[in-house]
Amino acid sequence: MNILVCVKRVPLTGGKIVLTEDERAISTRHLGFTISPHEECGCEEAVRLIEQHGGSSTVLTLGPPEAEEQLRDMMAIGIDRAVHLLTDGEEWDPQATASAIAASIGAEPEPYELLLFGNESADAGNYQVAIRVAYKLGLPCVTGIKAISVQDGHVRCEQEMPGGSRDVYELPMPAVVTVKEGINLPRYPSVPGRLRAKRKPVESSTPARAGEPKSGLEMVRLTLPPGSGKQAEVLGDGAGAAPAVVGVLHELGLV
Amino acid sequence: MFTDGPRNQRVVVIGAGIVGNSLVYHLSRLGVTDLTLIDKGPLPNPGGSTGHASNFIFPVDHSKEMTSLTLESMRQYKDLDVFIESGGIEIARTEERMQELTRRVASAKAWGIEPVELLSPEQVKELVPFINEQLILGAFFTPGAGVVDSLRAGTIMRERAIDAGMTVQANTEVLGIDVERGRVRRLRTTKGDIDADLVVIACGAWSPRIARMAGATIPLTPMVHQMIDIGPAPRFANTTKLIEYPIIRDMDTNMYERQEGTGLEIGSYAHRPITLGAEDIPSIEEAALTPTELPFTQQDFDPQMEQALELMPEIVGDESVGMKYAINGVLSVTHDGMPLLGETPEVKGLWSAAAVWIKEGPGAGKTVAELIVQGESEIDVYESNVARAYPCQRTRSHIVARASEGFNKMYGIVHPGEQWASDRNVRLSPFHERERQLRAVFYEAAGWERPHWYESNAGLLDEYADHITKREAEWDSRWWSPIINAEHLAMRDRAAMIDLSSFAIFDVTGQAALDTVQRVAMRQMNVENGRVVYTPLLTPSGGFKQDLTVMRLADDTFRVVTGGAYGMSDLKWFADHLPADGSAQVHDQTNAWTTLGLWGPRARDILASITEDDVSHDGLPFAHCKQIEVGPLNVLASRISYVGDLGWELYVPIEQGARLWDLIAEAGEPYRIIPAGAGVYGTTGRLEKCYRAYGAELEGDYNVVEAGMAWGKIKDEDFIGKEAHVRHREGESAAVLCTLTVGDHASRSGVKRYMLGNEPVLSRDGRSLIDRKGRHSYITSAGAGPSVGKHILMSYLPPEHAVVGEELAVEYMGERYPVTVATNDSTPLFDPDNRRIRS
Amino acid sequence: MVLLFAERSDDELFRQALAFARGLDGDQLHAVGIDDADGYSPDGWASALAQLIRERAPGAVLSPGSERGNEVLAHVAAQLDLPFAANCVSVAPGDPLTVTRVRWGGSLLEEARLHGSPALVTVAPHAVAADTTGVEVELVGPAPEAQTRMSERLEAVSAGVSLADADVVVSGGRGVGSAEGFVIIEELADLLGGAVGCSRAVTSAGWRPHTDQVGQTGTKISPSLYIACGISGATQHMAGCKGAKKLLAINPDREASIFANADYVVIGDLHEVVPAISAEIRRTRGG
Repeated sequence: MNILVCVKRVPLTGGKIVLTEDERAISTRHLGFTISPHEECGCEEAVRLIEQHGGSSTVLTLGPPEAEEQLRDMMAIGIDRAVHLLTDGEEWDPQATASAIAASIGAEPEPYELLLFGNESADAGNYQVAIRVAYKLGLPCVTGIKAISVQDGHVRCEQEMPGGSRDVYELPMPAVVTVKEGINLPRYPSVPGRLRAKRKPVESSTPARAGEPKSGLEMVRLTLPPGSGKQAEVLGDGAGAAPAVVGVLHELGLV
Repeated sequence: MFTDGPRNQRVVVIGAGIVGNSLVYHLSRLGVTDLTLIDKGPLPNPGGSTGHASNFIFPVDHSKEMTSLTLESMRQYKDLDVFIESGGIEIARTEERMQELTRRVASAKAWGIEPVELLSPEQVKELVPFINEQLILGAFFTPGAGVVDSLRAGTIMRERAIDAGMTVQANTEVLGIDVERGRVRRLRTTKGDIDADLVVIACGAWSPRIARMAGATIPLTPMVHQMIDIGPAPRFANTTKLIEYPIIRDMDTNMYERQEGTGLEIGSYAHRPITLGAEDIPSIEEAALTPTELPFTQQDFDPQMEQALELMPEIVGDESVGMKYAINGVLSVTHDGMPLLGETPEVKGLWSAAAVWIKEGPGAGKTVAELIVQGESEIDVYESNVARAYPCQRTRSHIVARASEGFNKMYGIVHPGEQWASDRNVRLSPFHERERQLRAVFYEAAGWERPHWYESNAGLLDEYADHITKREAEWDSRWWSPIINAEHLAMRDRAAMIDLSSFAIFDVTGQAALDTVQRVAMRQMNVENGRVVYTPLLTPSGGFKQDLTVMRLADDTFRVVTGGAYGMSDLKWFADHLPADGSAQVHDQTNAWTTLGLWGPRARDILASITEDDVSHDGLPFAHCKQIEVGPLNVLASRISYVGDLGWELYVPIEQGARLWDLIAEAGEPYRIIPAGAGVYGTTGRLEKCYRAYGAELEGDYNVVEAGMAWGKIKDEDFIGKEAHVRHREGESAAVLCTLTVGDHASRSGVKRYMLGNEPVLSRDGRSLIDRKGRHSYITSAGAGPSVGKHILMSYLPPEHAVVGEELAVEYMGERYPVTVATNDSTPLFDPDNRRIRS
Repeated sequence: MVLLFAERSDDELFRQALAFARGLDGDQLHAVGIDDADGYSPDGWASALAQLIRERAPGAVLSPGSERGNEVLAHVAAQLDLPFAANCVSVAPGDPLTVTRVRWGGSLLEEARLHGSPALVTVAPHAVAADTTGVEVELVGPAPEAQTRMSERLEAVSAGVSLADADVVVSGGRGVGSAEGFVIIEELADLLGGAVGCSRAVTSAGWRPHTDQVGQTGTKISPSLYIACGISGATQHMAGCKGAKKLLAINPDREASIFANADYVVIGDLHEVVPAISAEIRRTRGG
């Protein structure tokens, strides 16, 4: 079985976000990079499915040259192969992104049986790239999946619903599935894993961006949401604050 | 919103890391309770380097001062019950490293850290069963090394200070420091202003930024040190103790590995030097972890992972063991690798306790507290004095260059004579062009380029072939040349000119000038104009603060000349002791005057041939100075000598130096004058005369009587350290400074070896010599005495061993060499009656 | 005309989306739901909507920014090859439409131009106050040619209060220190009849299951009171607790980001503060 996982390089933010001067990105001067937790779980799931069923896993990203770091991070936890669709760093809108990914998948000599995405990216949260890729490839697609099992050319997916119930889908493979954190607990990379990942090739290419520059969903600028405007009430220091806390609980009718 | 603390404090300490916490504890212990500790971060971990430190301590360092601070810190950590003694093993992968490890054994013995031992690979394997012993040739084992909980230590010390009355203001950021008439007055913070007499900056990597608010500099740069935690390792599943195995330092790869619980921490100093600007450290809110735990840059660590894997395959190679944590940790590094302690030279009352790591933190805190309260500290920290750096050494560019160069030497094999390669040619003497043409080999002295010897003198090697010992071992001859000895012999036969531009020079002037120098200097300063006085400066407890010469140029003008190395610290010492009413001043003249030394039996012939002034013995006696005309130059000629020969230090304005050089060189030609380097001035000439050097023999730990310099009567006038000095003269010395010579240089392999200094002095059967103050005997200076045909050593010995003819031993590179006490006072080996300098 | 897709017509998110849609075009608003007798089918539902769009040619198609709302509109967008802006907090009229949408779970806003007609937009939770008047929802049948359809629903086997619905949530972060450390958090949650939550650092460390995680990639909660203990307030976490009506933060760090969003603050170590609160509650109840 061949499994593809698509990931996106995003900054690892702290408690406070600072924007670049042109207000089109987060200032990453002090930040490291990662991928969405959903995508990390997608990679872990792919590694586990391959361990179980055999085959090969591939991680794909569309992003700047530096995104190779995230590809290698994922190979370090056991992904076999990496595909890098290079951009100049400017963020592509969901339609352009999906087109490039679909074109790259379509050009692979070996088809993928399972294409995993994160339910949404950590930064843009567009909730649509996976679905668009599925349509371009003519594949079925389910989202928000928290359990996957593969049997007889089918993939069984459990989608978590508000309230905790789970909707089950049985899809014929090949299929597109977006997963959510909690589907597994991803492993940490081992040192030998890191070293293997370092030596592995990354297949890179530079896709042309589909669509007009001012089309689709065109990002104009980013802004920080206005502060809560709240002025916190300090109830006290240490254990001595307990009576004041209970006072508040009374006010709120909670005790 | 938050409660406010006191508005007026005697002392405010900024920074609640290991240093600040330790400092406030010791301050309150010494009676300072009018005290506030502030930090911009939360407690107990405000987000500085203490919070992510690896927390292990190896006590042995080649620097005595650093070792003293570390030992004191370990003592405190043990008292606080936060020290786990795990032992530490420094492994060698190369023969060169094995030799270095024998040097570390020697340093351990010299500084009194015992037991230590060299281990075979098999012995290492027994202690650390998961190590690949095939990779190593041997190891240096320090059983007393261990791991501390520095956050806990800081918390306990802070709480003790609180109990004594201190106020803590966490989450309080310093916005500004007000300075009035050169003195710190007020701290502006996010929680309001605090008036303070004294402010201590203990802010680690943030220290330069805070100092700048007051117009001062704390010359350090933040740098990155990479570390990762891996685990849980099945191999450690059954460990019963938090730290069960000794810490491993893989010296040749610049790495360390240490087990803690079921994990292994791997750290590296091998990666490219990564220096940071103040603006590269994020705020607490912006940081993904803490401000000093920056994003890990994997590619920098890749080679280290291979090396760790190779060394500990069973742990690091286990596929089930994950990398749970990886950071680029921020730490503070200085231009010379030593901390920055004491009052800043720019602003009175503004102190630095920075560039301090975990291993020396509590010791540094105690030391700074003592300096604040008592004016001197139990551990003499002259190498760490924040005032030591010259302005050119305080520039960002210089600090970055030197910190970067030093970074990969953290575990390096650094020769005692090793010179910096980066950012050279900053201070050039007026003689520099001439010296370059003479193919001088330049060493750096206080930022100056100073010739150590001249390749143009190589021809002298044949002339003096019978008197020059070649050094057979590469280590002994590294950063050395036999030309030094040839220059020495030529000086003793003829004459030599020596570049002394690195001297620090300052004039004390004004109505109270005499009172000022009288108070600072041990010897009588109320001398006739034109006298030159060589004098120790003492600390309050009678140890050495410095030794230097003072020329009385006029009733109210004294010119102080001191070595370049601690010139800025000395300048501050004088400035600190000026009368408060402004009736005396000190002016730094270092960059106004240059000095050329002229010494040797033909020196007078040479000088007399180019001056009309009387330079005869009667016209310009020893220990006198006067203005003479040399061609168009007005020269201040001072008749003293540090090499034991007739001659002068010749002072001219710096722009006239080149002309002076040319005049002397030309006049000296008929007498076959040679240029000689600092190898002669600082070592061979000095040691033959048993002259002591500050920073070697003379330190705060030793007093004038022990150093054999208590000649003459004690002056009536008061001076710093007088009371103690009187006591020292009356009591029996705990140690006596002796000169020793080496009896047999042959090692077991037959190669002759020449010790370079800082080796332990032992009894012939190998026992350490320890005086009644607990100080171990070690070689303070070592070098050739070409005119006496001996390798000369100096060492403080317990009185019972300080007997001429006493047979002792010196351990060098793992072997013992026989030595004999040649003198037990300041009587020189060469020209014991001092005929030469007084002729 | 605005077409409002009612994935469910009875919940808060729908009423917010309704208010949002009314703000866009109060006069010509058409709310449609899908008859789900055959079970949910993302592409089937989207096809039905796409058919309606072709027939009625609305200027904009809106939906609540629920998981399903986003999913169905993304399918519509893919089927019609139109751009789609998920989780918008405001829309400014114009051609093209300018939308402001949520990024990073709400820690950042994006201003974007949405080129395409009709404009496909979902409404971020809490973007506007819910509509109180209601609207008639037209029910249409799903398209017959669905490729993907849910086959089965596994009911929740939940004991106690669910995190998403709890009226009080007591959460622990990295500051709790260990799995065992959660005993005091659980105790306080029990006393208040609430649920236990945690930050992502906690689930990554394996101290709590992911089902307890509050955050951008965990559960998004909206209790009356959220008590955050030893949580610094990383953006990832705050995205999950924005819906809380009141936030009480217990943290030793006075500058912790979480305080900027808190209504009440206790400065101190949770290991001391939390048991003290529990004891105080017991004391007042006992008395």
